[in-house]
Amino acid sequence: MADEKDREEIVVAEFHKKIKEAFEVFDHESTNTVDVREIGTIIRSLGCCPSEGELHDLIAEIEEEEPTGYIRFEKFLPVMTEILLERRYRPIPEDVLLRAFEVLDTAKRGFLTKDELIKYMSEEGEPFSQEEMEEMLSAAIDPESNSVNYKDYISMMVTDEN
Amino acid sequence: MGSGTSTQHHFAFQNAERAFKAAALIQRWYRRYMARLEMRRRCTWSIFQSIEYAGEQDQVKLHGFFSYLMDHFTPSSHNERDFLSRIFTEERFAQDSKMEKCSDYESIEVPDSYRGPRLSFPLLPDHATALVEAFRLKQQLHARYVLNLLYETKKHLVQLPNINRVSTCYSEEITVCGDLHGQLDDLIFIFYKNGLPSPERSYVFNGDFVDRGKDSVEILMILFAFMLVYPKEFHLNRGNHEDHMVNLRYGFTKEVMNKYKIHGKEILRTLKDVFCWLPLATLIDEKVLILHGGVSDITDLELLDKIERCKIVSIMRCNTRQKSEKMEEQRKANQKSSAQGPIPWFLPQSRSLPSSPHRLGPYQAHKSSRSSSIPCGGSLDGRELSQQVWSSVELELERCRQQAGLLVTEEKEEPSCSASETDSDTEELQKPTQEEWRQVVDILWSDPMAQEGCKANTIRGGGCYFGPDVTEQLLQKYNLQFLIRSHECKPEGYEFCHNRKVLTIFSASNYYEVGSNRGAYVKLGPALTPHIVQYQANKATHTLTMRQRISRVEESALRALREKLFAHSSDLLIEFKKRDVDKVGLITLSDWAAAVESVLHLGLPWRMLRSQLVNSSADNMLEYQSWLKNLAKEQLSRENIQSSLLETLYRNRSNLETIFRIIDSDHSGFISLDEFRQTWKLFSSHMNIDVTDDCICDLARSIDFNKDGHIDINEFLEAFRLVEKSCPEGYASECPQATNAEDSGCSSPGAR
Repeated sequence: MADEKDREEIVVAEFHKKIKEAFEVFDHESTNTVDVREIGTIIRSLGCCPSEGELHDLIAEIEEEEPTGYIRFEKFLPVMTEILLERRYRPIPEDVLLRAFEVLDTAKRGFLTKDELIKYMSEEGEPFSQEEMEEMLSAAIDPESNSVNYKDYISMMVTDEN
Repeated sequence: MGSGTSTQHHFAFQNAERAFKAAALIQRWYRRYMARLEMRRRCTWSIFQSIEYAGEQDQVKLHGFFSYLMDHFTPSSHNERDFLSRIFTEERFAQDSKMEKCSDYESIEVPDSYRGPRLSFPLLPDHATALVEAFRLKQQLHARYVLNLLYETKKHLVQLPNINRVSTCYSEEITVCGDLHGQLDDLIFIFYKNGLPSPERSYVFNGDFVDRGKDSVEILMILFAFMLVYPKEFHLNRGNHEDHMVNLRYGFTKEVMNKYKIHGKEILRTLKDVFCWLPLATLIDEKVLILHGGVSDITDLELLDKIERCKIVSIMRCNTRQKSEKMEEQRKANQKSSAQGPIPWFLPQSRSLPSSPHRLGPYQAHKSSRSSSIPCGGSLDGRELSQQVWSSVELELERCRQQAGLLVTEEKEEPSCSASETDSDTEELQKPTQEEWRQVVDILWSDPMAQEGCKANTIRGGGCYFGPDVTEQLLQKYNLQFLIRSHECKPEGYEFCHNRKVLTIFSASNYYEVGSNRGAYVKLGPALTPHIVQYQANKATHTLTMRQRISRVEESALRALREKLFAHSSDLLIEFKKRDVDKVGLITLSDWAAAVESVLHLGLPWRMLRSQLVNSSADNMLEYQSWLKNLAKEQLSRENIQSSLLETLYRNRSNLETIFRIIDSDHSGFISLDEFRQTWKLFSSHMNIDVTDDCICDLARSIDFNKDGHIDINEFLEAFRLVEKSCPEGYASECPQATNAEDSGCSSPGAR
């Protein structure tokens, strides 16, 4: 029993350091606050993959009672630690991602046209902003075929991350 | 039928739902990917910035050390001055002979074979335009014209006030540009996109024209030429890099000597003058104040208006006027074994100090207010430090004196009272007061911060950090609308802060690396509303996706970081061993992060960078010895050189090079073996280096320097691959392009 507790303490301590580091990257002036618009980036860079809706709920939890536009570290730390301990918002495995693309590729061609991609990403799910859409298109679409071979696309993105 | 339809509906619904979910999943994944990319970008930025500022800090500390020695040991006999003083006396005497030296250019002959631009004075607009064109075609201006232009420039600058007052009545628009740092492509692009200077088109260039980039000379020539041609419309402010001491480290001195092998020395000497005569600030319509760094809580524009700005030659030499009683006091204090007076700001900082104000540790638990002395390097453990420094300084000087090999006579000369007094009096009057010096340093070196207040800028080593309240106070006091400053590289080329009362404008795109940042300039319309234009002077970046751009820049930053890590291998090993309690050769990755930070003090997010710096680790444990070995393998090229020696040299290469250049006061590129030995002794004791003098001298001898006991600086540094490439890789000379159309001044980027 005691052993387990020790181990958990070490794990928590390590989480704390990680969280602090990520937070500080966005806290240039060491005010122990970050702009609320950066919280999503911080949470995701810590290994989590929440949806926009889940992020929204999270922010509501860690915001001040009267929202200031900033998130304080003292509020962020415990919530984030909990998330990491519970392994919430796990990232999406490659094969699941592939299947998602295949669902959208109703004709099972192995690719999606540019227009189809735009339609799905800007109209379905949690729609992209124009900026997000443009950025995805710039990397995904092969200008010659005007389509994205999603299997290749996924491989490229995944290797790039590593 | 009914069930059929409902089944169809059911399927349709299911399909729609599945598509919805699939889309949501892909979006969720993509957003996470982008977030991680953003994080990498920020970390990369931190790496570059922290290394850059650490270098600046180093510079200040290093020269502060020399200054301190000089100021303490100056007064008495000339014999005590030995080789250190040559650096400083050369400067003083230069002031007198400046006039004669400058007109020497007339005797320089320009050969017929010279195909570059030929200038005649007074300059005409065509000359200035011709210069731009010539430099675009990679021509070089002949030394004679360079010197002539500098001479005329100085004549013009001397007439200008410290704060240039400009009115928008005369020209239709004013364009303000920030740091250029020798990047000619950016300047050419600005003129191409915004138009050449003219009576209808005013320009203000806000300092830092030189250093780092490879075409600082050409930039100066163009800027000075336009200033002479359009004196009412073209304005220059001094930046912290318009300083010959800073130039020694950051590449401008090297560039000049490389491009002008015969006359470079003279050019540099003339430039010393020109730089200190550059105006300190520009004021537009009495409403917008433009200066290079920033302001402080004591900034006094009226005082700044009145001082003799040419007396502030370099930030590195805090050589200010001292009242005689103060000197006496200091001397008494110095003789005590435990000095209790205010600690000079430039004392070498021990490793126990926090490296960056961003990591407010136990030493700065409270917001440190400005001390009344010169910018203070944070709270030090004063007594201990000063004791250490004291004994080492005394010891070293004693050794230097003995070793000087110069004829140190037995008897110390008693200064003949009358002569030295009048001498020192006039010398004294030529120095600025502490107050004046501080005012100027604040203007050139300060950075804005988000917190209120004003505290010493420990990262740069000079100036301060000023908060929005300081800005507000100043704007109100002088009835100004806002400040424009430069000095800091920004990813978008500009940044508003302090409720849009402070605008940072930075005009050197791709500053850290190709793709690292945009450049920008700002146009002020009739109501003085700022209107920003961004650009990136490299075609190649446009074809890359954001992902690729970030990867390139990141790789460059990581390379620089790995080099730094290697340079501290011995210290890292010590720290690793401390944490390897069981002596198994393994430490946790968490310990790795802590150890690295404790040695490098860069304040970087090591856990985030870890995956890029540490290749393999079995269940979160690192075999540190082999990791260090791998680092070394990357950096070492000569196996026969002792790795620890190389490491030492790497760590200190920038300092070493700078010191060499100081010693080489005639910029010949050679210093004598004796000078080298003395340099090394002083340097190694100051920097706590473990390598023996014999070892280093043997090494020096083994390099091909059989030239009458002289050592070629470049050869020495090159031998250890310590010479930085003069032309950064990937630096484009292609046609530049703007990435963005106008960004109306009303928007502001992202956070805050």
